Amino acid sequence: MKQLDQVRDTFNRDQVWRFLQPRPKPNELDLSHGAILYLESISVSFDGFKAIDDLNLYIDAGELRCIIGPNGAGKTTMMDIITGKTRPDTGSAYFGQRIDLLQMTEPEIAQLGIGRKFQKPTVFEHHSVFENLELAMDSDKRVWPTLFAKLSDEQRSRIEEVMEIIGLQKQSSQLSGSLSHGQKQWLEIGMLLMQNPLLLLVDEPVAGMTHQEMDRTAELLTSLAGRHSVVVVEHDMDFVRSIARKVTVLHQGSVLAEGSMDEVQNDPRVIEVYLGE
Amino acid sequence: MLLTRILKNDLGGQLLLIALLITTVTVALLNLAVPEGHALHISTYTVTLLGKYLTYGLLAIAVDLVWGYLGILSLGHGAFFALGGYAMGMYLMRQIGDRGVYGNPDLPDFMVFLNWQELPWFWLGFDMFWFAAIMIMLVPGLLAFVFGWLAFRSRVTGVYLSIITQALTYALMLAFFRNEMGFGGNNGLTDFKDILGFDLQADSTRVGLFVASALALALGYLSCRYVMNSRLGRVAVAIRDAEDRTRFIGYRVEHVKLWIFTFSAILAGIAGALYVPQVGIINPGEFSPLNSIELVVWVAVGGRATLFGAVIGAIAVNYGKTYFTAAIPELWLFALGALFILVTVLLPRGVVGLLQQLKRKQT
Repeated sequence: MKQLDQVRDTFNRDQVWRFLQPRPKPNELDLSHGAILYLESISVSFDGFKAIDDLNLYIDAGELRCIIGPNGAGKTTMMDIITGKTRPDTGSAYFGQRIDLLQMTEPEIAQLGIGRKFQKPTVFEHHSVFENLELAMDSDKRVWPTLFAKLSDEQRSRIEEVMEIIGLQKQSSQLSGSLSHGQKQWLEIGMLLMQNPLLLLVDEPVAGMTHQEMDRTAELLTSLAGRHSVVVVEHDMDFVRSIARKVTVLHQGSVLAEGSMDEVQNDPRVIEVYLGE
Repeated sequence: MLLTRILKNDLGGQLLLIALLITTVTVALLNLAVPEGHALHISTYTVTLLGKYLTYGLLAIAVDLVWGYLGILSLGHGAFFALGGYAMGMYLMRQIGDRGVYGNPDLPDFMVFLNWQELPWFWLGFDMFWFAAIMIMLVPGLLAFVFGWLAFRSRVTGVYLSIITQALTYALMLAFFRNEMGFGGNNGLTDFKDILGFDLQADSTRVGLFVASALALALGYLSCRYVMNSRLGRVAVAIRDAEDRTRFIGYRVEHVKLWIFTFSAILAGIAGALYVPQVGIINPGEFSPLNSIELVVWVAVGGRATLFGAVIGAIAVNYGKTYFTAAIPELWLFALGALFILVTVLLPRGVVGLLQQLKRKQT
């Protein structure tokens, strides 16, 4: 039966075969319906454990969305699916109206304009801060152009601009391995900015930060919204409250509640999940 | 100028190339211009030995490129070296012509011996040097490309990749041992007479090959340094340190690995091609897994991810090998094993790392 379905799908008359469709380009992202990311009825299970269970999530263009949820709610798995690291068992993921994320590899998705910050800060420890940003920079990332790449003045000033935003100008030529934990988090956010993505996925940006650093991070992320769409996964409720306009609560792999922080906090189901009965 | 740009901030490389230049000129002069018997005369035997070390140096650079900078521990680089060597060996065999033991102008001796009637198709063209020269780079390059394409696309990494590279060279060794393969089987290719019309036994040819090896080493060093100074080089190190991160900022990790691996295999092939006319033989023993492991030891001894360290390691270990195998042959393998353990435990960054540490202490 499965084969029959596939045959039917292949000869479906109202669709163009995928290999005949033009390759999508990031600057042609179709945002005509206002949303930049569509996740629809996505499920994925690892060895029988349902990490994501019929998840539906829409992110609007220019929005800053916070996603909260207890451990194991499937937050990181969701990011893995969006960035192409994990393939879901069922469901669909679209970027804009037309780009099917499930057909693409991680680098392709990154070049389309989806940037990701990992939960544990990962920077290139044997490269300087400047070089880290240079590598992340939005440019032709194929092998040969990279071999002969030269830094233009424009790009150099862009790197310096980002170093200023993340407050690491003084550490420009310092190896990133020697930065403090908070500085690494910032550098990673800076690398995201260099990619100039349309959608930023930020996994626990303030873990291990002092309150001061947290405030600056909050400021930075809010300033990004509008030009970019930002999805923040975070545990720290104070931080979420300080930046969130709209909050999505994940629980056992699907959306439990969605709305403003106040609405969500007063939702009895959310209280139950977080505080127990 | 390109040269100064490549060697900027690379003191080790500058010193290496200067030392290489001085040695090459001195050795060539002392062999050719100083009469035999004179105290300063350098024997042709020594010249050839040094030439051999230099080809090992080039091979070590090729290994360092993928291991030190890209984080791929290849335990099969000897295979690419041997393939380059075989391509050169085939050219040299064809140059023998009717001067072989059987005097057959069309077939190499071992084919006459096996009662073959005509030259197999894959030997065609090897009587021309330019064709052999292309094959020296093409065959190892192609093998590395196909192998790498399959391995990197399936995201085989770490120790698993090391094991399959080892299996690759082992499989090739077994294949080349077979007479039916048409590469001389167990005995390999030997009894070479001349190269490009020059007699291989002549002192001047030996010196010429030595100089060619030095030149190849210098060019190989500079091209590797060029790649590593470029943004691609920084991407390679990024892949070594955080592969996933590199992927998520938009680099096609598989492609970067594939091209650098292929480039490294080509360098190894060239090294093999220069090695064969100097030692006068190529046989399946060159494919032996032990050889490939030994070259990893050279790089470890010299110091990973420095390029010049690899050259120092290759020359130092091989000098030790020449000395030991002549003086106390039964101890060589123990010495090699001990060396590997000592370097891993005491000098994780090799001789170069030790020097850098000493320098830092002084300042």
